[in-house]
Amino acid sequence: MLGYAIRRLILAVPTLFGITLVTFFVINLAPGDPAQLQTQGIMDSQVSVRVYEELRQYYGLDQPVLKRYGQWLWRLARLDFGPSMSTDRRPVWHKIRERLWPTMSLAILSLGISLAVAIPIGIYSAARQNRWFDTVSSTVLYALYSVPSYVMAVPLILLIAVQWNLLPFQGMKSDDYEQLTAFGKAADLIKHYTLITFCFSYGALAYYARFVRQNMLEVLRQDYVRTARAKGLCERHVIMRHGFRNALIPVVTLFGLLLPAVIGGSVILEVMFNWPGMGRLFFESMMSRDYPTIMALTFITACLVLLGTLLADLSYPLVDPRIAYD
Amino acid sequence: MTEPTNLPSLPDRSEGYWLSVWRSVRRNRRGLAGLIVVGLMFAVWIFSPLLATNQPIVCKYQGRWYFPAIVELFQARRTGPQWINKSLPFNLPQFDAKKELSSEDFAIWPLIPYHEYEQTSDFLQPPSRRHWLGTDELGRDLAARMIHGTAVSVKVGFVSMGIAAVIGIILGGLAGYWGGIVDMIISRIIEIVICFPVFFLILAIMVWLEPNILNVMIVIGLTRWTGIARYARGEFMRIKGQDYVVAAHSLGIGHARIMFRHILPNSLAPVLVSITFGIANAVLVEAGLSWLGFGVQAPDPSWGNILRTAYDSLSIAPHMVYPPCIAIFLAVLAYNLVGDALRDAIDPRLRGAA
Repeated sequence: MLGYAIRRLILAVPTLFGITLVTFFVINLAPGDPAQLQTQGIMDSQVSVRVYEELRQYYGLDQPVLKRYGQWLWRLARLDFGPSMSTDRRPVWHKIRERLWPTMSLAILSLGISLAVAIPIGIYSAARQNRWFDTVSSTVLYALYSVPSYVMAVPLILLIAVQWNLLPFQGMKSDDYEQLTAFGKAADLIKHYTLITFCFSYGALAYYARFVRQNMLEVLRQDYVRTARAKGLCERHVIMRHGFRNALIPVVTLFGLLLPAVIGGSVILEVMFNWPGMGRLFFESMMSRDYPTIMALTFITACLVLLGTLLADLSYPLVDPRIAYD
Repeated sequence: MTEPTNLPSLPDRSEGYWLSVWRSVRRNRRGLAGLIVVGLMFAVWIFSPLLATNQPIVCKYQGRWYFPAIVELFQARRTGPQWINKSLPFNLPQFDAKKELSSEDFAIWPLIPYHEYEQTSDFLQPPSRRHWLGTDELGRDLAARMIHGTAVSVKVGFVSMGIAAVIGIILGGLAGYWGGIVDMIISRIIEIVICFPVFFLILAIMVWLEPNILNVMIVIGLTRWTGIARYARGEFMRIKGQDYVVAAHSLGIGHARIMFRHILPNSLAPVLVSITFGIANAVLVEAGLSWLGFGVQAPDPSWGNILRTAYDSLSIAPHMVYPPCIAIFLAVLAYNLVGDALRDAIDPRLRGAA
């Protein structure tokens, strides 16, 4: 087990290096740079050229690409993402830090909700396979699973937020948030979270429920379940103790794969809901060609995915002692 | 699909692999429904000049016969607003006005007698008898734009997955066939590409390519091949140990020929499942990119940028929201259903997994 973990970690090193390589060169070899974008507004061509050159020098863009890559790597090794190249010139880390919580809270919330709803549905419909609940929930879940989250989001926004005016859909807080009482603040936050959390979680929910049901069905066909039934255990006991615990194994490992997916898939939804999260920061940096922020965000998400797959692989033998790597 | 199985001259010929897959897909009602929707999308794409254009299909005009829409159908259709000018002589109000001159003139109009670029003075109108799905912010007929937007969604899925399939099968095949160091390197490359959340990588590339449909297709193809490569790798690995491959080796057949003639056809089925799901995803990614403004650009219609104009005028024109949403949903659902049916047909162990 330990040997396997170490081997996986060693294999992750070239992958990590490859990630830095792709991240840096996809973004830096692009035509056009932040200096160009920021000097577009200057009418006087001579001034424009001078400012452009100065800006390039200021950002260090006049140096050869390979040298910049080296510098970037060296800073990255110390977890320093450098100053951003947007007009505010704040450190990239500060920009990301304030966007971290909205995205992470959303990811955790939607994962928690989808698991909490999906597991009971999955178990119940597997325990009563082909009864009406199973048929109805399977059909509904399949349909939900096929509706892309942003395609679901626009009609929802239209109906709930615009036409019925029940919930807000722009941003995380109302404009008068600071003036509200503590209770009012909480209510305001909950209102703003509701729609976007639903859009984030229903897809994962449908996926999980189908997954749990499928695993349960497989487990319930096993000999030990038949034995448990034969020795006269009550159905509840058979399902929960003998069935569900074994069906949980793949679900646990799926967790490591889904968290980064939730973060990575959030660009459109965050732009749509004007959510101050990492996805929208990515979109905004893209528009202003803020290289360091784009690279930092891409790098962070890629690392999260790598970590997620590693954890998923390593957690297999932990949750199921029958699986052994060597 | 021809069916050589029942020919009397071939009494002992057993059912081929692809034929049995086709039979199984055909028995699957959901899969068949998906296939029909995909077929309908193709039909709408091909016949879009007959379904929605401002020129009549057939008309008699001042004693002479014209077939403008049919001519348009067979012409190589350039996309772009230059079509507005080409279509001027025959549009509906003008024809009606000139009809007074001679009573013999008549015309059979397409279902939607508007062109996708044709601007009228009815801005953001709700559905009515003249405009079945209403009009957008420039007074263009929404139904016409939806019909012509189908082309993007059909093409994007197949072209991008075509590119992805070529890359995926070659890389995955090489890795699976050669193993060892080649496998090691290619597996690392696959792992690296997988690590980037799809949308991040595509957006990053789209910023420095000119946003148009061709580039969208190329970028989706260049980033979405990893699933295909993994399947191809597994299949090549499995098949290279089979007796008929060993036999081919001992006959002295070259590696390239073994890879493409002996292994590839037998490994195609699982890869095809992956491609079908990939098409669903590509449709989705394209619509998302167009929504963000990086995909199909303004005058050209696509479901994604129709959804964007709908989103931008939510409170004043709610009628624009549903058509693109329903279309995207149906397209994605259809490809998913076909993919499920294919998977069930190919791997009986997974049957009922949906």
